[in-house]
Amino acid sequence: MAKVHVTTTINGEPMEFLCEPSDTMLDALRGTLNLTGSKEGCASGDCGACSITLDDRLICSCLMLAVESEGHDIRTIEGMAQGEKLHPLQQKFLEMAALQCGICTSGMLVASDALLKKNPDPTEEEVRFWLAGNLCRCTGYDKIVRAVMETAAEMRAQ
Amino acid sequence: MTELRYLAPETLDEAVGAFAKAGSAARILAGGTDLLVQMRSGILKPGVIVDIKKIPEMTAIEQTADGGFRIGAAVSGMALAEHGKFGKAWPGVLEAVNLIGSKQVQGRASAGGNLCNGSPAGDSVPAMVAAGAVVTIQGPDGRREMKVEDVPAGPGRTNLKPGEILVSFKLPPRPAGSSDAYLRMIPRTEMDIAVVGVGVSLTLKDGTVTSARVGLGAVAPTVLLVEDAAKALIGSKLDDAALAKAASACSAACRPIDDKRGTIAYRTKVAGVLLKRTAAIAAQRATQKN
Repeated sequence: MAKVHVTTTINGEPMEFLCEPSDTMLDALRGTLNLTGSKEGCASGDCGACSITLDDRLICSCLMLAVESEGHDIRTIEGMAQGEKLHPLQQKFLEMAALQCGICTSGMLVASDALLKKNPDPTEEEVRFWLAGNLCRCTGYDKIVRAVMETAAEMRAQ
Repeated sequence: MTELRYLAPETLDEAVGAFAKAGSAARILAGGTDLLVQMRSGILKPGVIVDIKKIPEMTAIEQTADGGFRIGAAVSGMALAEHGKFGKAWPGVLEAVNLIGSKQVQGRASAGGNLCNGSPAGDSVPAMVAAGAVVTIQGPDGRREMKVEDVPAGPGRTNLKPGEILVSFKLPPRPAGSSDAYLRMIPRTEMDIAVVGVGVSLTLKDGTVTSARVGLGAVAPTVLLVEDAAKALIGSKLDDAALAKAASACSAACRPIDDKRGTIAYRTKVAGVLLKRTAAIAAQRATQKN
């Protein structure tokens, strides 16, 4: 099959890659581009483990074709920390033990970051509804929700 | 093994040409939240995918000269929510669109896809029916318009002809004292498929309903326009008797299936209950605006 050449921007860096027309963005990220922070849970848009942003909008990378990224701006979990310095959400997830096995964590972080960029002062209900598309089988969600609320409060104070 | 070709035309004419030429092997890609899942599960193996999101008209939200709105078929739910004015004019349509899937899904999924997917339970469809939305369709024989309620033909099927593409939804201008609402019954609070969905659009003058439309979903092979329910509301002050009559009309219109989500008896009863609740919300919003 003829591969398609795609030119895009990933975490602020210009990027070119080849893919099959049927490859999902998640396939391209985890395979060709070796950005394995985004996870494949359900591959049908239910679990949110593959969450990324496309032009600053939160999406599931398993529900997007890799060829669709042509000319767009993609951000993944790999772009969240600034070098060695963790993003406040990452730091708070560690401090408050808002993760256990870690499979959902990158999706939770990307989704929470997208929420706080849009709404720096969410209510607990808003956090829970926003994260309804991110499934976690370990934590019972409470620690995650509290970590997001706490991070939001600290980020507002700064 | 057939090779999949991906096309992303920048004009509607190109898209229609490519889509019509590829025939039944072709699929339109808007948000892809249904298409990619169907491809992944092996239900669908398209030969050609026509991505319509590079066509400006498909992703535009415009206020028309008469005060109505035109929404491109591929506009995502999140884009609609972020529009400054749309949700004020059509809160019911917006809440219906924003009930589709998670925030991630809303970042991609469109009302156009929801309609063309042909699900009797698509959340945006009853609200669009209640709104009196008209769709523009373009195909090899040119453009035509169709009422939203005439688009679905049955589960998974539409009345679009081969080669035709849904382009946009046109929503009429809102007279003073108008609003709308959408409610659905699901067994949980978020991210589920409607057991019953009701959209109501109302115009009130001095507390009396002067016009009404009711859309009913998930209780028949297609989403229904329930004219008898609207007739029961028009001329009333939404008193108990009028609401009971409209609720009965909704229950009478039901031709549901029994499945794991709800029985025939349950869906039929809930259709009436939801009509009353949805009408109350629409009326409250319509009065607030005055």
